[in-house]
Amino acid sequence: MKRHKSLQLAIAAGFVFAFLYIPIIVLVIFSFNRSAVMGKWEGFSFKWYTALFENKLLLDAAFTSIQIAAMTATLAVILGLCSALVLVRYPKIKGAMLFKGLLATPLVLPDMITGLALLLFFVGTEQLLGWPQGRGVFTIIIAHTTLAMAYVVIIIKSRLEELDPLLEEAALDLGAKPITVFLKITLPIIMPSLLAAWLLAFTLSLDDVVLASFLAGPNSTTLPMYIFSKIRLGLTPEINALATIVILFVSVCIAIMGVSLYTSGRNAPKPR
Amino acid sequence: MKTYNSRLEKISLAVFPYLWVIFFLAIPLVILLKISFSEPIIGKPPYSDMLTWMDDHVLLIKVTLINFFSIFQDDLYVFTYMNSIQIALISTIFSLILGYPVAYFIATCDPKWRMTLLMLIMLPFWSSFLIRIYAWVLLLSPTGIINSFLMHLGLIGSALPLGSNSVAVIIGIVYCYLPFMILPLYASLQKIDPLLLEAAYDLGCHPFKAFCKVTLPLSYKGILSGSMLIFIPAVGEFVIPELLGGPETLTIGRILWGEFFHNRDWPISAAIAVALMILTIVPLMIIQRLQRGDHEAS
Repeated sequence: MKRHKSLQLAIAAGFVFAFLYIPIIVLVIFSFNRSAVMGKWEGFSFKWYTALFENKLLLDAAFTSIQIAAMTATLAVILGLCSALVLVRYPKIKGAMLFKGLLATPLVLPDMITGLALLLFFVGTEQLLGWPQGRGVFTIIIAHTTLAMAYVVIIIKSRLEELDPLLEEAALDLGAKPITVFLKITLPIIMPSLLAAWLLAFTLSLDDVVLASFLAGPNSTTLPMYIFSKIRLGLTPEINALATIVILFVSVCIAIMGVSLYTSGRNAPKPR
Repeated sequence: MKTYNSRLEKISLAVFPYLWVIFFLAIPLVILLKISFSEPIIGKPPYSDMLTWMDDHVLLIKVTLINFFSIFQDDLYVFTYMNSIQIALISTIFSLILGYPVAYFIATCDPKWRMTLLMLIMLPFWSSFLIRIYAWVLLLSPTGIINSFLMHLGLIGSALPLGSNSVAVIIGIVYCYLPFMILPLYASLQKIDPLLLEAAYDLGCHPFKAFCKVTLPLSYKGILSGSMLIFIPAVGEFVIPELLGGPETLTIGRILWGEFFHNRDWPISAAIAVALMILTIVPLMIIQRLQRGDHEAS
């Protein structure tokens, strides 16, 4: 694109950047505000952060969320890897069209619909088969995995498509069994993408309110559910501190993910 | 050339994901459809059965259409759908207005800065959806930063209702979904051949006119993808209208939630969901058809 240096353009872009960053910066700054009143700055303090660690409900919800997110991410990567392998190596398999369509559905449908549909499904199976007994961590994991798979498959599939087939062929020609080829050649090469996909699924699960609310049980309040209900009740400074921690945590995860994807792309042997 | 051809491998890889999406996506969606055709009853589960075996080997199939009739005839639902579409449309337009200059700026700036600028755009986006909405609640709420600050300065007597109306919802949606507009726009803008613009300038075309007649039409694919990526999720949004909207900001997401969790009316929630699905799938299919037509033409 021709480099047309225009001051107005730079100012407009600058405004948008400011629009994107100012609310978060304000949030982070006020999390250190000693005063409980949002508008007055009364000095720098960590007290809201220490208050967080004394809040048992909060800590339970955070722990539940992390558990759910870790399981979701692992399950989503395993299933997503299998799906991606099938879609890349056997694109003409029977039912590929339906499979691809279903995988992509959570990307397109509002999550309310996915949540409601899954809840109705579980209520139905509970009636028919006696499982699952009420909703809880298990059903949330299933919902999150279904959502995360859609994203994971995209990441892994595009990495697999860039993979030089000659590498695997060379190994096969040298007599390696397909499983060995997978473990010793394919897996190490796509590992950064798997890590990136895992982190993405992890943060997706950690951030979800709607699916969790539909599929949670009496003892399985997740962190986003807790935050959501607290915000509805009213503003407290602890939420600011909590929000800042979440921002930091999620940003670090995504930063790691971005770096792995970037370096895996750079180090990938280019197909000849 | 050795190709992958092991049936065992193919089946063993495909079976689990395939069963997963069938059981946890396809079947639930079918069940959703089925329940939208039933009646709410007091009981567990709170909907009537569609199929009932009567005494002398008769299968009674009851398809209740009342939910859909309610949706289409009740003014409240019609208004809500229209309102949701309106909010989503306005949000999309504002995202376009705000996002285009940024995408254009990044696409035309020094290549060595582009990656960094794109990362800067994405960074706020990566810090949790819920928290970013909360940032605006914090700013706009009656006890939030703007109001407290103004009251502290004595400029206003009581809090301004900044954070509970449709405008706040639109701000929230634009704030959360803006990167979805900037990225596709950037992708299609940076593909435009600079020679085309140069040719226009050489022929004496004013830069702004050149933009309208050359750049804008050539970037329509980015405009379309970006708009779809914002409009479709925005119609079904719940969290943003719930936290930033007022009692009169009715959107489908909130109505669905209310019907399900507060009224315990599962069949109508299902019907609302089915109608929402149709509302979101139809524009998507139109776009797909247009895009496929493009590929065939080129």
